Amino acid sequence: MSANELLIWARGSGFNLALALLVVGLLLRGFEIFSLGRKTDLAPARARSPGSGWKTVFSRTLPPLGLVARSPTTYLGGYVFHVSLFLVIFFYPPHIAFLHALTGATWPALATPVVDGIAAMGLAALVALLVSRIGNPVKRFLSGFADYLAWTLAFLPMLTGYLAYHHLTPDYSLTLGLHILSAELMLALLPFTRLFHAVSLIAARWYTGENFGRKGVAT
Amino acid sequence: MDLFPAGLGHDSVGAELARRGVPRREFLSFCASLAALMALPAGSEAAVAAAVSAARRQSVIWLSFQECTGCAESLTRSHSPSLENLLFDLISLDYQHTLQAASGEAAEAARMAAMRENQGKYLVIVDGSVPLANPGYCTIAGMSVADILRETVANAMAVVAVGSCAAYGGLPAAQPNPTGAVPISSLVMDKPVVNVPGCPPIPTVITGVLAYFLTFGRLPELDAQGRPKAFYGETIHDRCYRRPFYDQGKFAESFDDEGARKGWCLFKLGCRGPITYNACATTKWNGGVSFPIQSGHGCLGCSEAKFWDMGPFYQPLSTPTATSRMNLAGAAVAGAAAGLAVLAANLGKKSAAQAAHEPIGVADLVKDKAK
Ligand code: SF4
Repeated sequence: MSANELLIWARGSGFNLALALLVVGLLLRGFEIFSLGRKTDLAPARARSPGSGWKTVFSRTLPPLGLVARSPTTYLGGYVFHVSLFLVIFFYPPHIAFLHALTGATWPALATPVVDGIAAMGLAALVALLVSRIGNPVKRFLSGFADYLAWTLAFLPMLTGYLAYHHLTPDYSLTLGLHILSAELMLALLPFTRLFHAVSLIAARWYTGENFGRKGVAT
Repeated sequence: MDLFPAGLGHDSVGAELARRGVPRREFLSFCASLAALMALPAGSEAAVAAAVSAARRQSVIWLSFQECTGCAESLTRSHSPSLENLLFDLISLDYQHTLQAASGEAAEAARMAAMRENQGKYLVIVDGSVPLANPGYCTIAGMSVADILRETVANAMAVVAVGSCAAYGGLPAAQPNPTGAVPISSLVMDKPVVNVPGCPPIPTVITGVLAYFLTFGRLPELDAQGRPKAFYGETIHDRCYRRPFYDQGKFAESFDDEGARKGWCLFKLGCRGPITYNACATTKWNGGVSFPIQSGHGCLGCSEAKFWDMGPFYQPLSTPTATSRMNLAGAAVAGAAAGLAVLAANLGKKSAAQAAHEPIGVADLVKDKAK
């Protein structure tokens, strides 16, 4: 298969396959999680805490006091990577064109040199996070295959995108094809890996916040 | 330096130019353009002039297979006097369907004579692809073009596949490729093959490759796809004058909007400049007048393999070529069904656990119950 054939496949059948797997996975996992349900809490609520679920959705986005100083790589690296990934996905012009083709919606882009700088920071953050995960004995102990898989799935599209943008490989079309394929791999596996937190995070935080609220724990 | 010394062989380029009364100034400026075209260091024009002048007029056999003659048109439809016209004085075009006066048996005899007289030294240029599904799909003088190719390249020095059809199969090889069209490089294994893709290729790129061969007696440096690096080393996007707009995120959204009038980037209108390796943005067309993007149309990527199969021409490169709604609907149904199956399984587990539940009373906890 030549580079152009790979690109054609990635933009056509490959994308359709990835999208189908994403949709199947999202619905399957959604049903699975929500159908499990939770037993009704029969104990009376300790405190009245309206909106504690929604408050938690946002409050958990901020680091607990003092922890940034204790684990700077985890927190700062995590923030830089997530913000970078978000900006690169949603504000790089070709990505907007892609989302526009899918959804019909469009919005202003960031200048590409700005996106480039943000992407470089995101890549550096991912590498720092991996080094700290492997270097720190506690983190290493807590990490399993699923964690490294999620890291790889996030890293590959960033890396291939960066290589393609800067023409750092001899064959641009091949790198672009690999970039699209790696993004498709991420989409297809998102529902079945730790990456699912991109979807489940809001519901999970809301549930935790509501529960804590009932039990009188600060949210 | 005497560019056309008397001692040159009568069939040398210098002798031919002298006979035709081509002024030295014109010849030197031609050599300077050649040197620039071939990306040679400054000051090489004298060496190029000497080499070209002393060179024997190169015998060239041009074979046309499954093609539209656009490549030959590209080469010949240049304004006169031009680099391209002048180059016809440098080569001896011994066989070319569109340009030769001879026809029928006389034409084939010219090909045979050129092959005989220049054994091992002639250059074969091919435009068009070769159909393998059926030899009868394309024949010349009763011979399948695959056979003509085999026969003609047997004693050639090198082969130049001109145009995307010869280089990659091109339009005839587009899905579903009804004639089983293949590129020249898949049939010629034992001779060097230079690919000069484009639909058509830029005339100066075709002549540049020939001039290089003539000047140095060897083929220019090629990339992994057999293309001369000097012309196909960079993408259109790399050298596009609209690139600053791409970098600033300023795009034309339609062919007649404000952005289009201001000359903004054509990416959103389907420009394939980012994946297309060619020299259009630098060499340009029609004597350096313009190129598609300068005329307001995105690059079609015509010098890339499979460019016909790359999806709609007016859709951005970063978008999927055919998102199937049926596929999506099917996936949604399958996902929901799988979810319901999981739900049913979970409910089953739950009720089984409930059914298996044995209530424990105080009596069960008495230690000496067994006694
Ligand atoms: S017009 Fe095409 S080649 Fe030029 S900058 Fe835009 S995308 Fe690149």
